[in-house]
Amino acid sequence: MNAVEMHNITKTFGDLTANNQVNFTVAEGEIHALLGENGAGKTTLMRILYGLYQADSGEIYLHDHKVEISSPNDAIKCGVGMVTQHFTLVSNLTVTENLLMSERKGFLLNIPDGRERILTTAKKFGIPIQPDTLVKHLSVGEKQRVEIFKALFRNARVLIMDEPTAVLVPQEIDQLMETLQNLRSQGFAIIFISHKLNEVMTICDRITVLRDGEMIGTVNKKDVTQEELAKMMVGRETFGISRESRKEEQQQIILDVKDLSAIDKKGHLALNNISFNIKKGEILGVAGVSGNGQSELAQALSGMLKPKSGSVLFKGKEISKCTPAEIIKVGIGRIPEERNTSVVNEMTVAENIVMEHIDEFTDNGLINKRKIMEICEKLIADFNIKAKPGDRIRTLSGGNMQKALLARVLYRKPELIIVSQPTRGLDVGATEYIRLKLLEQAKMGAAVLLFSEDLDEIFALSDRIAVIYEGRIMDIIPSTKATVEQVGLLMAGASK
Amino acid sequence: MTDNSVMIIIVGLIAATLRVSTPLILGTIGELFCEKSGVLNLGIEGTMVIGAFIGFTVADATGSLWTGILVSILAGIIAGLLMSIMTVWLGVNQHVSGLGITLFLSAIASYGYRLVYGEPTTPPTLDGFSVVSILPDNLLVSRITNQYLLTYIALLLIPIIWFIVNKTRIGLWIRAVGENPEAVDAAGVNVYWTRTIALMIGGGFMALAGSFLSLAQLGAYTYGMIAGRGWVCIALIIFANWQPSRILWGAFLFGGASALQLRLQSLGIKVPYELFLSLPYLVTIAALALAGRSVTSPSSMLKPYRRE
Amino acid sequence: MIKFRLEKHSSPYWVRIIIPFAAILVTFLITSIILMVSHVNPIEAFYYFLVEPLSAKASLIEVLVKSTPLFLTGVAVSLAFASGYWNIGAEGQLIAGATAGAGIGMIVQGVSQWVGIPIMIIGGFLAGALWALLPAILKVKLSVDEIVTTLLMNYVILYLVSFLLNGPWKTTTNPGWPQSPEISLSTTFVKLIPKTRLHIGFVIALVIILVVWFLLTKTKLGYQMRASGIGRQAAYFTGINVNRTILISALLSGGIAGIAGAAEVGGIHYHLIEALSGGLGYTGIIIATLSALNPLAVIPSALFFGLIETGARSVSRALGTPIHLGGIVEGMLLLIILGAFLFQEYRIRRVKK
Repeated sequence: MNAVEMHNITKTFGDLTANNQVNFTVAEGEIHALLGENGAGKTTLMRILYGLYQADSGEIYLHDHKVEISSPNDAIKCGVGMVTQHFTLVSNLTVTENLLMSERKGFLLNIPDGRERILTTAKKFGIPIQPDTLVKHLSVGEKQRVEIFKALFRNARVLIMDEPTAVLVPQEIDQLMETLQNLRSQGFAIIFISHKLNEVMTICDRITVLRDGEMIGTVNKKDVTQEELAKMMVGRETFGISRESRKEEQQQIILDVKDLSAIDKKGHLALNNISFNIKKGEILGVAGVSGNGQSELAQALSGMLKPKSGSVLFKGKEISKCTPAEIIKVGIGRIPEERNTSVVNEMTVAENIVMEHIDEFTDNGLINKRKIMEICEKLIADFNIKAKPGDRIRTLSGGNMQKALLARVLYRKPELIIVSQPTRGLDVGATEYIRLKLLEQAKMGAAVLLFSEDLDEIFALSDRIAVIYEGRIMDIIPSTKATVEQVGLLMAGASK
Repeated sequence: MTDNSVMIIIVGLIAATLRVSTPLILGTIGELFCEKSGVLNLGIEGTMVIGAFIGFTVADATGSLWTGILVSILAGIIAGLLMSIMTVWLGVNQHVSGLGITLFLSAIASYGYRLVYGEPTTPPTLDGFSVVSILPDNLLVSRITNQYLLTYIALLLIPIIWFIVNKTRIGLWIRAVGENPEAVDAAGVNVYWTRTIALMIGGGFMALAGSFLSLAQLGAYTYGMIAGRGWVCIALIIFANWQPSRILWGAFLFGGASALQLRLQSLGIKVPYELFLSLPYLVTIAALALAGRSVTSPSSMLKPYRRE
Repeated sequence: MIKFRLEKHSSPYWVRIIIPFAAILVTFLITSIILMVSHVNPIEAFYYFLVEPLSAKASLIEVLVKSTPLFLTGVAVSLAFASGYWNIGAEGQLIAGATAGAGIGMIVQGVSQWVGIPIMIIGGFLAGALWALLPAILKVKLSVDEIVTTLLMNYVILYLVSFLLNGPWKTTTNPGWPQSPEISLSTTFVKLIPKTRLHIGFVIALVIILVVWFLLTKTKLGYQMRASGIGRQAAYFTGINVNRTILISALLSGGIAGIAGAAEVGGIHYHLIEALSGGLGYTGIIIATLSALNPLAVIPSALFFGLIETGARSVSRALGTPIHLGGIVEGMLLLIILGAFLFQEYRIRRVKK
């Protein structure tokens, strides 16, 4: 009997088809991997199983019973538990208090009784738990264990783990694997969502690969190699815009990063001794699955995150400790991945476009509105932005807002452009336009540091491709020599 | 000065500190409930005013002090409910909602006062609570132990509140909601009602602080008698780092500074007494400045909870 | 079981226009209930409240007089809020300005009013800015929340005033009513209409509103202030020195509130008295909130509140209700309009289970 059977699941969000007639089965006593890139549809499928989304069509069977799951509460009642990267734990409470939170009976908390029940359950499943520790004093691995325990405490038999190792250090990963193997031997069905090939190959029994919302296939681990899996995950032809091969070699290094390390907001080491350089006129594409340090690297180079150690030389000058104002002044253009953090939503297009260089539009402290309008109208025309200068920037479509951001940065002809996820969420037309513009800039001699989760984009635009994984640069390959499978493997952490 | 008179002064200071700190303790307990659940309640000043006013007026009208106390607590609960409607259910900015409620309730109290008492030349008084004598009056230390019943209640409340917050289910939910409302929602507990209950309990305590002032400490109601104590409570919570056990120290510090200025005045020390009156407020600002860096407020404070 | 759910749904255009008027209507309905409880006929009360002040020349002028300080506190707070700085200390900053005004009024003698009045204004500005300095620095350097610190400063200045009035500035002319010595003729604000209380402060206030509007909309500093207020992170990203901007905004805000105080001394009271303000700073906060931080909108808002204040007095005279009726209406109006603003962003949906 299969623990989980999902038949012909289809789910769309507007124009986007996240899952297209997906079939997925998991046996009892099995660890089953759900493998795929960002946007493949893995998380969507599991959210349907956990009741956070409802499928447009398709059926779900648990232990051969057809079920309707319309909320997480339903899922829990049916014995399905989910552990995500966002822990739903309250950090100033103890483990016991967190586990008792969903119980409703009684005015007084019976902690000793709760502790008893927890320890009994812990023993039964062989999972070490410290009931009296405050959650904020637990390591990330221990917190995750509590999350798993929460599901067991509420009698789950199917466990969905969404990218569980993304937040763990190696020792904690080993412990997690032990825990999962333990549960498997007790008949649990475990679904392991991941993009990391080596882990999937280590722990899982079977692997299902999704790509662009389609189910590509289900294989047994013993019957497949990492390369074959990578091909299934990523294999498609690149199309559209491509980089012309360049004849002259520009040798001049404009940005030199040495041993850069940085800590993210949660206190983890996000960048681990990163070193690379970029030459004038070159586009260096940084490929990687989100969460591996790209955001922190972009922020560190943009003046938004102070690095812990290391140096960043721009045209020979140290800029690792500069403020955003100083970074702008030295001539680095930045287009960040979150549009909200770089535009003031309620201000107009014109006001946003000139924001980084407002001094040039000021005469004696007064804003020269005419000059601003002139430049704004010119940029709107040059960059084909469908908006008027006086429109509030939040009313612009994603594509037009991105073009405005691009305009803001590119009309200054910066010598280095740091751009993150430039075409995320944009339609084909806007995407093509923006990629063309970036190529144009490189042709004119600018260096471009491109962060993108879209491999098509990386291959289309880059001269060299760097792959970032867990805060390290795995390798930097000239794009003429790189293959999609090779990059895919590096992105998934496979060693060479 | 003899040793004995120094002792007398110190004893008097301690006694006064306990008395003067009582409304601060009560008000801070009230605000603690609100903030622990994630709501900054700037309506505290207005709630204390309305508590003082309603407590006084009802006690005056009915002749029963305890009735006055109870009705004032009820008024405070309603004030808390109003704050909840604005900030939890409607999601209005917490700062402005709280200030609006303070202005509104203060105006109602002033209006009601004029309506009931007109414009008397001296503020109306009544026979307020008298102190409770636990020890015989000939002992020096009895000066310290002769306190209002409500003061003893306030002191006893600290461990009781600690118990409620840490050992009951509702206390657990309140603490949880202030840190991570998503987790509470995921556990099937209603975030809105938990915050509403916290605000209502908080309002009750704030109003009790006010009626303590009008029915015990002063035995009178005057315009402006709360004099910013509500804001001091807000500061005291930051100073206590949101721990019930540390509220006492902050309250004693401020209360002590207040009591000190009266004592120094009576000793004939030639410094303007207004300087001492402002001392507690300046001390509070200094305390905030020192606490500034290492403060850990409840994580969800100031953000209305909306399910994504 | 029928459940209700709050759903985010921007209301259509016509609802947005109706909401402020509906809010005012609801406010007056609730006020009517309070009036009836006080044994007062609501219709009569509203006549004296809203109509009567506008019908006679004298009371119309009084509305303008009452609006003068509100123009200033309203725009002072608007400026601070627009930059993301929650200045709740306008009350104390006003009193600081009044104190400076009284002091200047004692020192500056024997010069033309066209010299004395500007000195009063500058003095009031500096005093107000000084009073705003400490909380602003604590905010910028130590991230101390400015709401509590500016509030506490409001109380400290009251004691300073009390000290001055009972000490160095004590006069014996009016024993039950402490006041400082009368200010000189040089520093008395010129009357706009003789034999009324309307003084040149009215014009100065309007000019200052225009200046603030100009600052916020036409200058680089104002642009940086608005960006810091609406999108602090984005402003920082684009190189704006957010801390410096907030500091300047806080000081300007305090200074303008200080001018309001100096004008009250120079134009109305001619002495420093303890009850000089009576909440003008807090009313300024209400006005700023209702004007949605637009300086020009402060003008009609402040006039409306001036009307409420005058009306409350007129109702009180005619029907004997306490003047605090004005405060009740103002507070209630704030709460209801705030609720209404948000109400138009949501919709209550019935969810059938």
